Amino acid sequence: MSLQDLLAAVLVVAGLLWLGIGGLGILRFPDFYSRLHPAGKADTFGATLVLLGLVVHQGLSLLSVKLLLVEAFILLANPAASHVLGRAAHRSGLVPWTASGKEGR
Amino acid sequence: MIPFLTGAAVALGVLLLFPLYRIVAGPTLFDRLLGTAMMGTKTTVLLVLMGFAAGRADMFVDISLGYGLALLVGTLVTTKYLEAVAPGAAPPSDEAPARTESAP
Repeated sequence: MSLQDLLAAVLVVAGLLWLGIGGLGILRFPDFYSRLHPAGKADTFGATLVLLGLVVHQGLSLLSVKLLLVEAFILLANPAASHVLGRAAHRSGLVPWTASGKEGR
Repeated sequence: MIPFLTGAAVALGVLLLFPLYRIVAGPTLFDRLLGTAMMGTKTTVLLVLMGFAAGRADMFVDISLGYGLALLVGTLVTTKYLEAVAPGAAPPSDEAPARTESAP
């Protein structure tokens, strides 16, 4: 196994780990606003790591440029989608969860 | 490297079950939308991994890019629709602040 394949495997496994952490976060966090956090950040970072690993595996070609394009699009789209979802929830009156059960200020 | 990437694709397919649970059991409508968006991100990566596993990565990358584009447009349109049309999409609760503006 060459060094290139080893680096690609490490990046892909790390990306899968981050995607799994994001999935666990969307299960375990208490309310919608805190669930935006794993969906907006952990998922984006995991996808970035997996795609970078595939770029390393592929080497320099048109395919790797397309992979970087997909990654740039995910970096642009995923936080934007999370932001729009959070704004829509706030504007439609969804109350954030607090430990005391009351709306904190 | 090909069996490893196939295994990674299978593992990512298993990871899709987490946002699927949030879609099925989400308490509010926005939880379901968030699960859909997260599932779409994972699927975008899964399509690329499947392309490498199948040996047709150049084709699958284009499919993945188109899927991501459709996903973003779908999320934006749905949330804009909800902001304009369904102010009561949040669950009814006593602590919910009263809306000051009426939906068009």
